[in-house]
Amino acid sequence: MKKTFKLVDLDCANCAAKMETAIKKLDGVTNASVSFMTQKLTIEADDDKFDGVVKQAVECIKKVEPDCTVVLK
Amino acid sequence: MTRKQKKLLIRIIVSAVLFAGGLFLPHEPEQFSVMWFVRLAVFLAAYLTAGYDILWKAVRNIARGQVFDENFLMAIASIGAMIIGEYSEGAAVMIFYQVGELFQALAVGKSRKSIADMMDINPESANVERDGEVLEVEPDEVEIGETIVVKPGEKVPLDGVVVFGSSGLDTAALTGESALRDVTVGDEIFSGSVNANGLLKIQVTKPYSDSTVSKILELVENSSESKAKTESFITRFARVYTPIVVGSAVLLAVIPSLIFGNWSDWIYRALTFLVVSCPCALVISVPLSYFGGIGAAAKRGIMIKGANYLETLAKAKIFVFDKTGTLTKGSFSVSEIRPDEKSELSENELLNLCAAAEKISNHPIARSIVKAAEGIEIPTAENAEEIAGFGVRAIIDGKEILAGNARFMVKEGIFGNDSEEFNGGNSPGTVVFCAADGKYAGCISVSDTPKDNAKEALAELDRLCNAKKIMLTGDRQSAAEDIAQKLGIDEVRAQLLPDGKVKAVEEIFAEKPNDSALAFVGDGMNDAPSLARADVGIAMGALGSDAAIEAADVVLMNDNIGSIPLAVRISAKTRRIVIQNIVFALAVKAAVLILSALGFANMWAAVFADVGVSVLAILNAMRTLSIKE
Repeated sequence: MKKTFKLVDLDCANCAAKMETAIKKLDGVTNASVSFMTQKLTIEADDDKFDGVVKQAVECIKKVEPDCTVVLK
Repeated sequence: MTRKQKKLLIRIIVSAVLFAGGLFLPHEPEQFSVMWFVRLAVFLAAYLTAGYDILWKAVRNIARGQVFDENFLMAIASIGAMIIGEYSEGAAVMIFYQVGELFQALAVGKSRKSIADMMDINPESANVERDGEVLEVEPDEVEIGETIVVKPGEKVPLDGVVVFGSSGLDTAALTGESALRDVTVGDEIFSGSVNANGLLKIQVTKPYSDSTVSKILELVENSSESKAKTESFITRFARVYTPIVVGSAVLLAVIPSLIFGNWSDWIYRALTFLVVSCPCALVISVPLSYFGGIGAAAKRGIMIKGANYLETLAKAKIFVFDKTGTLTKGSFSVSEIRPDEKSELSENELLNLCAAAEKISNHPIARSIVKAAEGIEIPTAENAEEIAGFGVRAIIDGKEILAGNARFMVKEGIFGNDSEEFNGGNSPGTVVFCAADGKYAGCISVSDTPKDNAKEALAELDRLCNAKKIMLTGDRQSAAEDIAQKLGIDEVRAQLLPDGKVKAVEEIFAEKPNDSALAFVGDGMNDAPSLARADVGIAMGALGSDAAIEAADVVLMNDNIGSIPLAVRISAKTRRIVIQNIVFALAVKAAVLILSALGFANMWAAVFADVGVSVLAILNAMRTLSIKE
C-alpha cells in the first residue's frame, strides 16, 4: 500500500533527508520519501504492517523535528 | 510572508539594531568594568533575540539524541564564541544564521507558490443540472452521464462531451499553448481548461478521480518522489559531511592545544568549523533546482514524472522518434488513386472498394481512405477482419477484397517479393494496395505531412546536445527516407511491424555508449513498450490519453514537437545549475575549513561559507524556474 501525507512546519531540508533515511529503515517499509519542496511524506509499506509503520514514521519525524506535524487523514 | 516569517524578521531587525549599537561601544574595555558589562549585555540581548529558539531546539534535540542537529551545532559554535570572549562574533553568527533561515524559507515558499500557481488547474466546484435545476457541487460528486454547465471564465471541472453551445477553450494551464481551441457540440473537452467565451453544457464522461485534472495533479505531486541520482548523492554526502567536520573540529580543539597550548585560539578555530558543518546549501539547493526545473517545464505543458528523468534527459544523446503523429501530423490524405489497367476499375470504383473494406479499421491511413470516399456510395463489406500490421480482408459484392501494405500482398501471394508493384511505383508516402479475388486491382497513395516545426525542432536538438536522431516507421524504406531527408533525421528504420518498434529500440539501446541516455518519442498510442524500454520515454499530445500519461516518463500535453528541445534545454540548464551549486558550495566550504584551521579565516568567513553560500545557491537554483522562450 502506498499513501501520501501532508507535513506541516517541515522547516529544514536536511531534516527532511534525515527523516527519509530513518523511515526507510523501518520494518515493513518498501519505499519512503520525504519531500521538503512539496512538504509531503509518501510511504510504501506492506498492507498488514501499514498502520504500525505510519505510527513509527510519525515518531521518526517528531524525533528529528519536534515542531513538524503529520496530517493523518 | 507567513506570520512565522514576519515574527522572525522582526526579531532579526531588533537584534541587528542591538548588534549595531554594540559595535559603537568601545571594543576592548577592561574586563569586568561597567563598560564591559554593558557591552556584554547588549551583545547577549542581540544574541538571544535572534537565537533563543535555536538554543531551545538545540536543548530539546540533544535530549533526543540528535547530536549532529544543525541547531545544536550552531548553538555550540555561538556559545563557544561567547565564552572565549568573542561576543560580537557569537551574536553575529546567530543573526546571520537566522537571516539565512528566513531567506531560505522565503525562497522555498516563493518557488513552491509559483509552481502551485502553474498547477492551478484544480476546479473548486461543478455546476450540475439535476431535475431542471443547476446545483453547485464538489466535482467528485458529479456522476458519469450528468450534464454540467460551464459559464465563460470558469474552469471545466470534469472531462466530457459538449452537448450545448460553442466556445473557445483556453488550455494554457494544461498544454502551455495560448491559442484558444474552438469547441462545439459533439467535441470532447478536458477538465482543467478554461471556458473563454460562450456558455457550454457538457455531458460528463469520466468521474473526477479519472479526469484529466486529477491525472495531471497526481503526476505533478508524485514527481517529487523519484529523486535524481545527484540528489541521493547529496543526501548521502550530507550524512557523512557533518560528522566528519564536527569530528575534525574536536580534534582541532584538542590536539594542537595540547602541543602548542594557546587553547582559546584553537577552540576559536574549531568553533569556526562547527559553523560550516551544515550541508544546508547543498541539501536545499539541489532539490530546489530540480523542483524548479520540473515546474518550469510544467508551465509549458511538459510534465516530467521525476527529477531522475530530468537528470537523464540532460544526458540524452540518442533520440528515437516514432514517425506518425510525432514528426508528422498524423493526418493522412489520399494523394493518388491508381487502378491497375487489367482490373478495368475506375478510380472511384477502386476507392469505393478500399473504403468499404477499410471501414472497420481505426488506423489513421484507413480512415483517410474512408474520408476520401465520403459523398460516394460505399458498398457494404461482410466478414471484414483486420490483420494488424498488414491490412484488411473483407467480402464485398461476393468478391474477396484485400487492402493493405505490400507485405500483405506478398503474404497473400498477390505479388512476388521483388515485383515492380512492391515498390509502389515510386509514389511518395504510404501506399495501400488492393486486390480483388486474388488479382491485383490497384493502389491508393496516402501521404502524411511533416509537422511545420519538426525540422527546426530537430535542428535545435542537434545544436543542444549533438543528438543522433533515429526514425522508426512502418512505411516503405523509400518513403521513409524521403521524409527523413527532409527533416534531417540521421538514421531510418523502416517497414517495421508494430512489435518491430520495440525490438528496434532494444537494438539501438544495446549499441549506445554507456554514459549516454536514449530517449524515445512517441504519441503514446501503441508504443507503451518502447516508451518503457527507453531511458526516457516521451509521449506527445498526451492530453486526454491516459495510456500515454501512464507509460511515459515525460508527458507532453501539447502536440508541439518544439517542446522536446525545450525540455532538453530545461534539463540541461537544471543540470548546469546543480553542478554550479555543488562545486561552488564545496569549494567555498573547503576553502574556509582549510583557512580557518590555519588561522587565516575568522568566524565571519565561516558565516559566509554557511549562510552566504546557501543564499547564493538558492538564488542560483531559482533560476531554473525561468526559461527563455
